[in-house]
Amino acid sequence: MPTLFEKIWSQHVVVDKGNEALLYIDRNLLHDGAFHAFTALAKEGRKVRKPRQQLATADHYVPTRERDKGLASVNDADAREMLRLFDVNGAEHGIRCFGMNDSNQGIVHVVGPETGFTQPGITLTCGDSHTSTHGALGAYAFGIGASQLKQVLATQCLWQKKPKTLRITVDGQLGAGVTGKDVILAIIAKIGTAGATGHVIEYAGSVFRAMAMEGRLTVCNMSIEAGARAGMIAPDDVTFQYLAGREYAPKGAQWDTALEMWRTLPSDGGATFDREVSLDGGAIEPTLTWGTTPEEALPVSAAIPDPASFSDVNKRAHAESALRYMDLKPGTPLTEIKIDRVFIGTCTNGRIADLRAAAAVLKGRKVTVQGWVSPGSTVTKRQAEAEGLHRIFEEAGLEWRASGCSGCAAMNGDFVPAGMRSASTSNRNFEGRQGKGARTHLMSPAMAAAAAVTGRITDVRTLMGGR
Amino acid sequence: MKTFTKLTAVAAPFDMANIDTDKIIPARYLRKLRTADAGYDPWLFYDMRFDADGREKPEFILNQAPWHNTGIIVAAANFGCGSSREGAVYAMMDWGIRAAVAPSFGDIHYANEIQNGMLPAILAEEHCAVLREQLRAKPGSTITIDLEPQTITGPDGKTYQFEIEPVYKERLLKGLDDVGMVLQELPAIEAFEKRHFAKMPWIA
Repeated sequence: MPTLFEKIWSQHVVVDKGNEALLYIDRNLLHDGAFHAFTALAKEGRKVRKPRQQLATADHYVPTRERDKGLASVNDADAREMLRLFDVNGAEHGIRCFGMNDSNQGIVHVVGPETGFTQPGITLTCGDSHTSTHGALGAYAFGIGASQLKQVLATQCLWQKKPKTLRITVDGQLGAGVTGKDVILAIIAKIGTAGATGHVIEYAGSVFRAMAMEGRLTVCNMSIEAGARAGMIAPDDVTFQYLAGREYAPKGAQWDTALEMWRTLPSDGGATFDREVSLDGGAIEPTLTWGTTPEEALPVSAAIPDPASFSDVNKRAHAESALRYMDLKPGTPLTEIKIDRVFIGTCTNGRIADLRAAAAVLKGRKVTVQGWVSPGSTVTKRQAEAEGLHRIFEEAGLEWRASGCSGCAAMNGDFVPAGMRSASTSNRNFEGRQGKGARTHLMSPAMAAAAAVTGRITDVRTLMGGR
Repeated sequence: MKTFTKLTAVAAPFDMANIDTDKIIPARYLRKLRTADAGYDPWLFYDMRFDADGREKPEFILNQAPWHNTGIIVAAANFGCGSSREGAVYAMMDWGIRAAVAPSFGDIHYANEIQNGMLPAILAEEHCAVLREQLRAKPGSTITIDLEPQTITGPDGKTYQFEIEPVYKERLLKGLDDVGMVLQELPAIEAFEKRHFAKMPWIA
């Protein structure tokens, strides 16, 4: 009685050597940071074996301002060269490429699901750790480094050791103002940043069944922050309705064949997992990080913990160092922390539902700090503009920018200045992640919008009356 | 790929758990081309090594004379978690670090080390802690890692057994190239594709 993961795994084993298997990779996504792999491929004189099973989009290095000027809008010479190489590599190898000015450009983990390139039951890789995102559609998707990316390009296969399985069940019903972001932060706070190392997580329970696709994508996206190889959610009608009609989705009779296959994917009733964890969905509050690792997260009603109260010596040492970096004192209520910047977007929280949630809080209000919104894709940007969301952000005082990884990876010139504190919808609060010396608090789009309005960490539920 | 058999080198202790790959190499340096003449070593642990004005921070371990020639890192749990950036391995390798010893590693980083001929040796936290303590007590002392018997010999001569999957050990010992190993299976891959895409032709 196999699990969802085990079904996909066994359907993709080309050669089984017992202690490792040659796994077939159905689809691979590429972004503008993939040049190391292409350089290595060229050096070895190899070709891309299956160009049609690749899709590329520029995201990490693209500027979010003055995009219409093309490469001229890229200030950094190295980044400009990479974006030039991105188009060259795509053309040379016959790979479909959404360049920085393509109307389909976007963050790779937004573009995959949005185009229907990501589908239930497939294996999918990308040279990026947040590839776990795509498991939200019931795919087995995992991040790889440049060398393994080169292998996928050259062979469409990877030697893999079979990971263990971990089921995380969240039952009950989420309260108002509580989103996928809060659920995944609560999970990581519970199991730790290495809590799922070597495991594939399957998220189960009524909370995920009731969650829209955007929330599921947010949850699976941050599986890597718990150390997981991948995060998955069984495909269901929410998944199928989301996929129907998308460009890469099967059509006509093939759609019916696909549906029949996809419906067999969910874990069997008696399936067993190597580990099980469960949380009460009804008890999850809006949650945010206070430290420098995603596990250092607490409900918004809490106060900064005293590291001395941690029994684990490693966690205590980490918390002490985190509080120094974050310039925070034990005992301070989270809602008394002032912020300087707000950033809404990313592969974690840059989808249309995320933008709607932030706009719902900001409508008719003014922000008191600087900040910007970068939609997860250019398609999402157009949709948000059609709905008038951009006007709500701009009238509130936030900048409405083009799509890219932007201030999450801070590789494109968008960053939070040293010593400044940001309310961010991204996925990593590591030291220096949003810029050298930048202090990051991870939270949901609605919570980031609330913080933008008041200038401090705020329980969004206090601003939601009648909204 | 370089082989890894046996290494005796200066080892540096890193006490902090969860050293992420953003720490090993900040994202802003990943755009650099890596060539035979220009490696990634200048960016290794950049924000830990240098202050805002680009001056070396004297308190950072690799800036201290006994550890200038570090070839091994002895770390704590979850070393190399976070981003999939292989630049983290390039930076360590180009600096001259050929092995990391830790109780656990981030999965993607672990694979990246193997792919580049760098050894990720898994050793129980209590033993890592003893090694780190001895390395701090005697700055610049060396440890020896022997891959075939899977042993680490500390500064005091005491030997510990470390863990590594047999398949990864073989790759490191022989310097095997994964692409070559996959292409040996090409007939099986082509047969698989025929069966697989008969079921889902829209993926091909």
